[in-house]
Amino acid sequence: MLTFYLFAGIMLAAAAFTILARNPVHSVLWLIVAFFNAAGLMVLAGAEFIAMLLVIVYVGAVAVLFLFVVMMLDIDFAELRAGFIKNFPLGLAVAIVLLAEIVLGMGAYQAGSLKLGTPDGSGAPVAGASNIEAIGALLYGKYLFLFEAAGIILLVAMVGAIVLTHRQRGGVRGQNIANQVARRPDEAVINMQPEVGQGVKL
Amino acid sequence: MIGVEHYVVVSSILFVLGVLGIFLNRKNVIIILMAIELILLSVNLNLVAFSSFLGDLTGQIFAMFVLTVAAGEAAIGLAILVIYFRRRGTIAVDDVNRMKG
Repeated sequence: MLTFYLFAGIMLAAAAFTILARNPVHSVLWLIVAFFNAAGLMVLAGAEFIAMLLVIVYVGAVAVLFLFVVMMLDIDFAELRAGFIKNFPLGLAVAIVLLAEIVLGMGAYQAGSLKLGTPDGSGAPVAGASNIEAIGALLYGKYLFLFEAAGIILLVAMVGAIVLTHRQRGGVRGQNIANQVARRPDEAVINMQPEVGQGVKL
Repeated sequence: MIGVEHYVVVSSILFVLGVLGIFLNRKNVIIILMAIELILLSVNLNLVAFSSFLGDLTGQIFAMFVLTVAAGEAAIGLAILVIYFRRRGTIAVDDVNRMKG
């Protein structure tokens, strides 16, 4: 009970600092804090596998990618914050409208005009199996093709990122592997027998 | 035991914070990407909460797919950001309409 409020409070505070921080490096670090606390919330809900995935994928890969980009690019961040105050009323208005819609929806649910669907039982966790075991059985059984599609999405994203950022730099002496492999000893090594004090002419 | 309503409230606040972040930092595309990550995180939290409270693992499977798409989106977005910066020397995105061809 208390842990829920702890995780939720820290997560929301970290999210607020993420969008308000002056320095984007601080933003990324707050984002990491938010992800850790969200993982804690998911553990509380009994979804250990997704929680660990969140920590590994987000904190280990995505947040580090953000950090790399923030630190690699030499950006004047003070100039980028110029419209911060100007955009504040509009942003707040949109946020309040969204929040009002969500509150209205939840009110409609509480009043009983919305019905939650009931699961058909095809995705019910197997009795006695751990969370990760049940997810694995479902993922490699019923959802195998979707799982493969997710892998293809990741492959396409990887290829796309490489194609976008790769550049051919001129003036670089690259390695020519075909030439190296095609070399023969008789053209690579020459036996010389120089006279004393004469030296070798190459 | 915490009810599902608590999770819905927390994740809706997180969602609104993410949208607010997009509007507040309209120039800084890095923060916009981070705000999108926050939004996807709130969606994931909702999916996981409902999946756990309804006793159906499909929500957690779907949360995994959302995670996959979010990772791909972050990679592509940051790649676009890097080439944009290489061309323009800045990442202010409120004048992207100058990017022709």
